[in-house]
Amino acid sequence: MTRPVEMPVAAPYAATPNSVSRVMIIVMVALTPATLFGFWLYGWPAIYLWMITVGAAAGGEALCLQLRGRAVAPVLLDGSAVLTGWLLALSLPPWAPWWIGVFGGLFATVLGKQVFGGLGQNLFNPAMVARVALLISFPVHMTAWVAPLPIVAAAAPGPIAGLLITLKGMQPAFDAVASASLLGFAKTELSRGIDLAQSLLHAPIQGWYGSRAGSLGETATWLIAAGGVAMIFLRTITWHIPLAMLLGIAVPAAILNAIDPARYMEASTHLLSGGAMLGAFFIATDYVTSPNTRRGQLVFGAGCGVLTYVIRTWAGYPEGVAFAVLLMNSLTPVIDSYIRPRIYGRNRQGVALEPGR
Amino acid sequence: MRLIERFFKEPRWGVHPDDHKRPAADVPLRMLPQPARVHMPLQQHVGGAARPVVLVGQKVLKGQLLAQSQGNISAPIHASVSGTVTAIAEVTAPHPSGLGFAAITIESDFADRWIDTDPVADPFALAPEEIARRTAAAGVVGLGGATFPAAVKFVLGRRLGVRTLIVNGGECEPYVSSDDRIMRDFPEQVVDGARIIMHAIGADESLVGIEDNKPEAIAAMTKAAAAFPEVKIRPVPARYPMGSDKQLIQTLTGKEVPADARAAEVGVLVHNVSTCAAVHKAIRLGQPLVERIVTINGAAVTAPGNLFAPLGTLVDELLAFCGLAQAPARLILGGPMMGTLLRHGRVPLVKGASGILAFDAVEAAVPEVGPCIRCGSCTRACPMGLLPLEMAAHIRSGDLDGAVGYSLSDCISCGCCAYVCPSHIPLVQYFSHAKGELSARERAKLRTEAGKRLAEARLARLERDAREKAEVAARRKAERAAVKARVPAPQPQPQEAST
Repeated sequence: MTRPVEMPVAAPYAATPNSVSRVMIIVMVALTPATLFGFWLYGWPAIYLWMITVGAAAGGEALCLQLRGRAVAPVLLDGSAVLTGWLLALSLPPWAPWWIGVFGGLFATVLGKQVFGGLGQNLFNPAMVARVALLISFPVHMTAWVAPLPIVAAAAPGPIAGLLITLKGMQPAFDAVASASLLGFAKTELSRGIDLAQSLLHAPIQGWYGSRAGSLGETATWLIAAGGVAMIFLRTITWHIPLAMLLGIAVPAAILNAIDPARYMEASTHLLSGGAMLGAFFIATDYVTSPNTRRGQLVFGAGCGVLTYVIRTWAGYPEGVAFAVLLMNSLTPVIDSYIRPRIYGRNRQGVALEPGR
Repeated sequence: MRLIERFFKEPRWGVHPDDHKRPAADVPLRMLPQPARVHMPLQQHVGGAARPVVLVGQKVLKGQLLAQSQGNISAPIHASVSGTVTAIAEVTAPHPSGLGFAAITIESDFADRWIDTDPVADPFALAPEEIARRTAAAGVVGLGGATFPAAVKFVLGRRLGVRTLIVNGGECEPYVSSDDRIMRDFPEQVVDGARIIMHAIGADESLVGIEDNKPEAIAAMTKAAAAFPEVKIRPVPARYPMGSDKQLIQTLTGKEVPADARAAEVGVLVHNVSTCAAVHKAIRLGQPLVERIVTINGAAVTAPGNLFAPLGTLVDELLAFCGLAQAPARLILGGPMMGTLLRHGRVPLVKGASGILAFDAVEAAVPEVGPCIRCGSCTRACPMGLLPLEMAAHIRSGDLDGAVGYSLSDCISCGCCAYVCPSHIPLVQYFSHAKGELSARERAKLRTEAGKRLAEARLARLERDAREKAEVAARRKAERAAVKARVPAPQPQPQEAST
């Protein structure tokens, strides 16, 4: 009556409805509001750059899979390569030329991920590896910010003009919109000996809702935070890394700002500027390259935050999220090796508990 | 509000799979008609297999002893129907290997005649040792699936001075509802059994942990226990693996069982609700364990529900009674999280079988396995606080000692990690493989050591022999020399002039 069944592996014979692609899709959905805002804020060039970067990342992944003799479609469909390209695009100057997107996207998935063996094997966050490679190789293009010019504005480039900007670089007609990010501006002014009390008077405008110069997807701070919080409630990520990272930036910033407001910017400015939010919720929380215990994640997040602050404040670059995350990525195996959960029936050192009553 | 509760009140371990318990759990208990034939395996428990005491051709009554326990940890087997012993031979064991094990086959006479039982009107007048003796003689083992002989735990609990009996009504496995049913239909038996066990071990309270997804069982048990303040009904959050001893103990008492120690060492003892009912029957009615409630569930079953069935009935007959809508794509003994895969239904119902699940193709679908993305879901799910992803990575690269370093031995194989893995990595398979390899290695080491000892002993013996021979030879030589020295060289003896 009952027929023999094919032999699968050991129990359990039930599986979560969750899957890798579901995780990736949730992250992408959480990124969508901030991305659309970036498109609106920076217009057609931003849209083209995003498409090119995502396409290059996916293409790089496909190429490697082909070379490795693996099935391309199922791996691409897990969405991780697209997400990598997406995150990289959000961290680029919105009017960057096409080859920045192509180089970055390929670098991210080919050298940042596939050479390590593909999904789950890379030590460093692929998007940040690519961003840092671009920043070091093409510092001028990677810091050429534009003032927000909403897509509906009369002065904004249309679809064709936007395409020309992406393909040929910034056109003279739009040169007027070139701008600096607040962090970059303050750093430059400080290095010229002008303290914050004066320089901030004529600093680039910081629209509270993110209407300012910056990377494609990082200025919409509140939208990014909202997406991040949604991911926490959907249990795609936990609160540990984002909170620790934001505190890691805010606490030293608040202390130093209280000591010397002329030299050190306010904590709120730090939190709302640059890639702090994007980094805390979307970059540092990358599963593959972050520790996998709660306490390890707290250490990791705090490290990312403090390093970001240190780099922003004392190092040569105005923005430090990418470097901070990569540095902490390299510490992830060490953190995981030292910080382990307490095992039931054992103390933290792994010694069996005393049978007390 | 629910969301906030979900966020903060849940235990930090475990998973919450779809429980699939209803509608099967709500269907009234059905009696399986007498099967024509039952196969009573000699090994339905942890410990030594029972030794047959009946002969082929012998007539037996229901409840009659078929095989007696052997060794300290073992349990006897009794006839679940009246009839004739027709064979003592191998039948297929409920194990994925499909290998056989010895069983006594009885052809039923459909008379259902019991042996003369020895009921006890007042168990609390009996000595605790007598309760343990009677429980052992009735073949009662842990019915939650562990099948550890119940009486052995009584003796242990008494010796270690256990104060708290924990009655496990967690039943956290999806699909299975046999414990739920016993609590709804026979709560007095469960409560009485719990009180008898308390008497046997000298405990002064019992905490009945029931997952809060079983409100009917909680209500029935609360009513049954109303007259006995020492029996406390404690609803616990429905969260897998709440029915695991260690997790239930922690949830109910806040105590943690130390690694490599027994629960009794922290003053608690856990018994399943069905075991309590079986103890009640063994003592109050004098009936040995020959029947049990088993859940028949799964999408391939036409009329899922709980059956009261004699042990030894073939799984196929249980399924046929409930009806099969289609050939099952997968057959499981127990629950889907920790159950055993059956190759076919020609295996007997054993004491520890709480459920038989016949899955259709959708339920049996195995998701594609992907690479580990280090999401840490397994780490958060593990009720033991282990790092399944690290252990699996070490095992995958053949580094079993590395996995042991991550405390592989503390793994309870509950399956939370493998269930929750978004890449569907069969983590429990890795751990079972490693545990098997390690125990094989341990056995090989013992064998090598034994061989080495034997070889060394032989060498020592040969040396000793050689030495002794040499000594003997030397002694003889010395003796001869001494004789020579004492007696001067033999002179030509003067011829005795005699003739």
